[in-house]
Amino acid sequence: MIITFLVVGIIIASTILVCSYRAIYGPGTFNRIVAANVIGTKAIVLLIVVGYIIERPQFIDIALMYAVIAFMGTIIIAKYVERGELCSR
Amino acid sequence: MDMAVMERGNKTFSIILTFCIMFAFWMLLSAWTVYLVEPYDLFIVSSKGILAAIIVSFLTYEIFVPSRGENVILKLRRFIPYVGWELWQIYLATIDVAKRVYGILEVDPQIIEFDTTLRSDFALVTFGNSITLTPGTITIDIEPERGRYIVHAIAKGPADSLTVDQTMQKKVGHVFMEE
Amino acid sequence: MLAIDVVATMFLAAGAFFMITGTIGLLKFPDFYTRMHATGKCDTLGQILIIVGCMIYEGFSLITIKLLLVSAFYLLAGPAGGHALMKAAYVTGLPVWKKGDKRM
Repeated sequence: MIITFLVVGIIIASTILVCSYRAIYGPGTFNRIVAANVIGTKAIVLLIVVGYIIERPQFIDIALMYAVIAFMGTIIIAKYVERGELCSR
Repeated sequence: MDMAVMERGNKTFSIILTFCIMFAFWMLLSAWTVYLVEPYDLFIVSSKGILAAIIVSFLTYEIFVPSRGENVILKLRRFIPYVGWELWQIYLATIDVAKRVYGILEVDPQIIEFDTTLRSDFALVTFGNSITLTPGTITIDIEPERGRYIVHAIAKGPADSLTVDQTMQKKVGHVFMEE
Repeated sequence: MLAIDVVATMFLAAGAFFMITGTIGLLKFPDFYTRMHATGKCDTLGQILIIVGCMIYEGFSLITIKLLLVSAFYLLAGPAGGHALMKAAYVTGLPVWKKGDKRM
């Protein structure tokens, strides 16, 4: 069973490498934000799979925290690009 | 069985309810299988949870408990089959995008606008989320005064199923009693 | 190989296939709005399938509840983040691709 998790982990890691082409080359700001969001999503899955390979179940807590922080980061950047400022008072 | 209209601004009840839910959640995540030798151990283990739950409930009690609502239990009972229908639509949406990526169907994007009869906050957000999870469409903007949606569709087929058929408007209107 | 191992392997393979499809769509589609369609839907379902595969492999314990929380949170938060980015691009004035234009 550990061979299955190793194969899935290698597939997801190579997908992250392919996705960074869009992060470097994508014309404009928005394509780069989308690529960063996708890399963050795949990193959460990769954390859980690595937690299964080396048999430590504490990695799932780290993945839960990282999901919340990545979601907050996306919303903050979208709000800043739309308005030009963060705090309108 | 319908619930009567809740009064607004009941501060102590909101704080106590938020504290109970936060502490139960902490106990579920952290202290499920702790080996307890004597009752003094329970207090040592859960003191951090009580402190964290008090701080969080004092900061966020206004957002967590809604200050007014009508017929809450009836809406909740109709909401659960709608969630099941939506999970099936997510699966269909991903198969549709996979067909467009590999070249079986074509890509021809357009932008459409339409009006609905929904007015409350929760109904507008639920309908916008459902449009995003349906094959071929994503919500761009919502105007709360007229219930107006601006939607980006990826081909002519999914765009027609929103404006001409109107299956999803009828379902959401049935859940929230068409407000 | 037990029956539970075979079922979990099927879910993991399906999830990995959908993630590869999402990345190919990110490179192949001609516009920002269509790329948002591809990643917002394929990535969410691929992640849910992989986490369900891990849950079936584990059995019934505390770790299953934590995995269920991760997948339920991402089911609500993934499309909402995508919608926020799309609204920011539309209001700022990014041009929409019609059929027959140049790739942008």
